Formats: sequence, C-alpha cells, structure tokens
Amino acid sequence: MALALFGAVESGIIYAIMALGVYLTFRVLDFPDLTVDGSFVTGAGVAAISIVNGVSPIVATLMAIGAGFIAGCITGLLHTKGKINALLSGILMMIALYSINLRIMDSPTVSLHNQPTIFSQLRDMWPAGLDSFLNGIFTAIGSERAPATWVIVFFMIVVVLVIKYLTDYFLKTEVGLALRATGDNKRMIRSLSANTDNLIILGVGISNAMVALSGALIAQIGGFADVSMGIGMIVIGLASVIIGEALIGKRTIAIATIAVIGGAIVYRMVVTLALRVDFLETGDMKLITAFIVMVALIAPRILQARKDKKRRLQKRAALGQVREGA
Amino acid sequence: MLHVKDVAITFNEGTPDEKKALQGINLELHEGEFVTVIGSNGAGKSTLMNTISGNLVPDVGEVIISDKDVTMLPEFKRSAYIGRVFQDPMAGTAPSMTIEENLAMAYSRIRKRKLKPGVTKQRKVQFREHLKTLNLGLEDRLNAKVGLLSGGERQALSLLMATFTNPNILLLDEHTAALDPARAELITNLTKKVVEDHGLTTLMVTHNMQQALDLGNRLIMMDKGQIILDIKGEKKQNLTIEDLLKEFQRIRGEQFESDRAVLG
Repeated sequence: MALALFGAVESGIIYAIMALGVYLTFRVLDFPDLTVDGSFVTGAGVAAISIVNGVSPIVATLMAIGAGFIAGCITGLLHTKGKINALLSGILMMIALYSINLRIMDSPTVSLHNQPTIFSQLRDMWPAGLDSFLNGIFTAIGSERAPATWVIVFFMIVVVLVIKYLTDYFLKTEVGLALRATGDNKRMIRSLSANTDNLIILGVGISNAMVALSGALIAQIGGFADVSMGIGMIVIGLASVIIGEALIGKRTIAIATIAVIGGAIVYRMVVTLALRVDFLETGDMKLITAFIVMVALIAPRILQARKDKKRRLQKRAALGQVREGA
Repeated sequence: MLHVKDVAITFNEGTPDEKKALQGINLELHEGEFVTVIGSNGAGKSTLMNTISGNLVPDVGEVIISDKDVTMLPEFKRSAYIGRVFQDPMAGTAPSMTIEENLAMAYSRIRKRKLKPGVTKQRKVQFREHLKTLNLGLEDRLNAKVGLLSGGERQALSLLMATFTNPNILLLDEHTAALDPARAELITNLTKKVVEDHGLTTLMVTHNMQQALDLGNRLIMMDKGQIILDIKGEKKQNLTIEDLLKEFQRIRGEQFESDRAVLG
C-alpha cells in the first residue's frame, strides 16, 4: 500500500510538469489546447528514439522539449494566423501529431530496455547508503516492501520546483503580464501595444514544451515510449489543475502553480487507491479520471451552496432571537 | 498631431445592407487640442474612432499621427501612440489581475516588453503617486484585483492607464456613458483635469451634448458619415445646446431642400 502510494507520488511529480503546461494554456491563456495528447507522446518519442540512437539522455530530453515547443507553436499559428477556433486547432494538431509521432518513433513502441536514462545516470551518482537509510524509515512506519530508489523523487521535486519558480517569475515579467492579460482581456492589452498573436503562440509553445518534457521523463522512468501513451492526457492535466484549485486555491500565481503540482500528485494517489478497489480494473482508469474531474468540478459548488445556506439560516435565527428578546 | 485625410469606409459594399459609414472625412488636430465629437447613432463617430485606433482599415484615405503615416499599421503597433478609454468599464482593464499589474502593463505601452519584472519597487512608488491624483484611495489597494473595483473606479483606472504615459493622441469613446450620473461627473472632471495637466491632444466621442459643450476647446458634429459642423475657440465657449440643435436643423434642412430640388 505505502509502496503503491510512493509510486503514485513519484509519477505524480513528473505528471505535474505536464499539468503546469495545461495550467498555462487553460487557465492563464484561456486557450483550451488539446495538442497535449499528441505533444506528450512527441516528447516521449523524441527522447526515446534519440537515446536509442546514442544521444545522451540529457540532450535527448532537451530535444524533446524543443519538439514540444514547435508543436505548440504550430497550434498557436493555426489559431492566430489561420483564424481556426482554439479547440479545433488543438484537435487538428493532436491528430497530425499521431502520425508524426509514428514517423519519429518508426514503430508504435520504442523500448529503452538496457539503455541509459537520466534516472539510471542519477542512480549511479546517488550514494547507495542513502537509499537503505531512507528505506529503514520506510519499513519502520510499517511497510513490508521498500521502494527501489529515492533518487527519482528527490531529483524530480527539485526539477518541478525549479520549473514552478521559473513559471511564477515569467508570469510576473512584462511579457508574462501581457500573456496573462491576453487570456483575461485581449482588447485591452492590444490597446496597450501588445501583439496578442505572438503572445498566444509563445504561451502555447511553452505549455507544450513542458508537456513534452513530462512525456520524455515518463518514457525514461517507464522504460518505453508508446504512440498511444498520450490518450486522455489533457483530461489528466485538467484533473490536476481542477483538483489543485479545489484543494489549495488560486489566489495568486504562486499558490495556483503549487496547487497544480499538488493536484497532479493527489490525482495519481486517488487513481492508485481506486484501482485497489476489488471491482475496478486497469481498463477503468479513464472512467475513474472522468469521474474525479466531475467530482472536483461539482463538489466545491455544492459545498459553497451549503455554506451559504447555513450562513443565511444563522442570520435569520439571530434576527429571530432579537425579536423574541425585544 | 493627428491628421485624418479623405478617409472613407463603406460596409457591406454592393449588398442591400450597404452603409457608407465614413464619406471623405478630413480632420486635423493640433497639439493640445481637445475635440468633442457628437452625432446621432450611426453618424460614424465610432467608425472614425476605430479608424484612428487601427481597429478598422479605411477603404481610402490616410491616418497620420505625429507626421507618421499609420494607415496600415495594425492596432497593437499603433497603440504606442494612442491612449484609449472604452465605453465599457470592463474593457479597459484586466479583471483577474491586480491594480499594480494593470498599471505595469500600461507602463509598457510605449516600451518594448522584456523578461524583467513588470512591477518593481520603484514603479510601485510611481504608481502610488499617479493613483493619488484620482482621489479614490486606490493607492492603498495596489494588490487588489481590478475585478473587485466598481465600474466608476475601473473607468478612472482606465483613464489613468491611458494617460500617465503621455500618449500622442488620447481617444475617449463615450467613456462615461455606462456610469451613473455621479460617477459620470467624477470621470468627466478627472478627464478635464488630466487632459489639462498633460496637455493631451484628445478626441472624445459623447452622446451627451452638455458634456460636449463643457469639455474641450473644439466641437465637431457628425451625421451620415460626414463632419457637418466644426466649431473652435471662443465660438465654442459660448455655444449652447439650442445653438447646436438649430445648427443641425439648418444644415440638414438645407440639404433636405437641395435633395428635393434635385429630385424635383
């Protein structure tokens, strides 16, 4: 159980990078970008095929980021210069990427078995004593089996936090402010001499670069890239954003981005727990995801309505007492 | 400062809905001139405004700002010269962003946007000073989201955002029309003050004749896509609403007579 949750946290942190990308388009730019399903695989595929062909894992990962950025930029171009509806331009790019990804990978699946990855290299550098020490704590709290290594979790926490702080910083720069205003009030920011077309292209590009990075890391941790591994990715990203907002809030940019990361981890944990329920199977995963998103969307509203009702009732009750007393 | 030369625009040309929105408009604004524009619905006031701001490209004619031909320049490039306040209080600000962030974006109107923080300590001091001139207490609410402000406050902020960077041209598009009378008066007074303080070359569209008379040092009246009246200087100062109505009837009446003569 604890081990399963550990795995959930581990992959949750990696998916959090993808979720931050989705946050950037969905929330900041107000651009429902469905490219994600394709660009996630693009990232995974580019990284995997590069590694298989002898490129160092770090360079391969950087190439994946670049590929994702280009894919996002094309979606942005379709929308701004081609004047295609935002949803449709994402869908078109997503479907185009399916074939492009097959071309990149040359087969539906690329295995990284016995290949170096960022994580295998990190493990080599990681002092072995540290793992057994941390595992000691792990077993002390009552788990029979301990995770194979802690390096991934530690490394990924650092990477995700760096990306979070970079995102926070970027969204407060002059360009970042204009990007946010593009999602908030296009007419206004245009009258303040900002090129909204370029900002949209840039924003969708950065978003998909993050998604591709996430895909590249997932491929390296899982040991393979598969052409269909991106299906439903956008919903997972959305689920993370919405769960995070419901649990942690979105008052400032810094809070919103940490909420997205938290949301991604919580999502993985919920799915992991749900799959342990007897009557649910692995194939039910998408259904569970859809269900989680529905709950995260509906529950806060119901809770707020209850709170309001309670508040009104209390006020009325208080007034009633005043009347009785008088 | 601003020169609109022989500008004409026709919408839906060649269809039954054809509308000659602007017919050979010529208008020259000198530095520091404050022109109020009146006219009935469909007279072409907004079309003129949108042609100057770059929302619309004229079919023929030129728009020149500070000796630069901007006719074909897209809106976002042209707005380096133009400060603008819209009729809708929601239109001029970004609601989910804070007051200081909105001001920072307005600050970047005349500069290239960089990857440097938009709100700095130094700028905050400046923003506070500017906000104080509004007398609305907004200087103490720099971190408040603009969506929480009232319509009047937002419009005052929009006015500040459009003017504190000293634009070559200030365009005011019925910017008090959506406010209640008290707020409208507040914004009208602020407008007067800010235009005088900065000596801004201003073009203001309004539906309110009294406002058109009270503000500015020149008044033009538009009808059917043409400028039919242009009054400046002392004559403008002594103008009354009755004069305006009479003048309108005189001009349109004459035209009516001449139309009848042609048709007859």
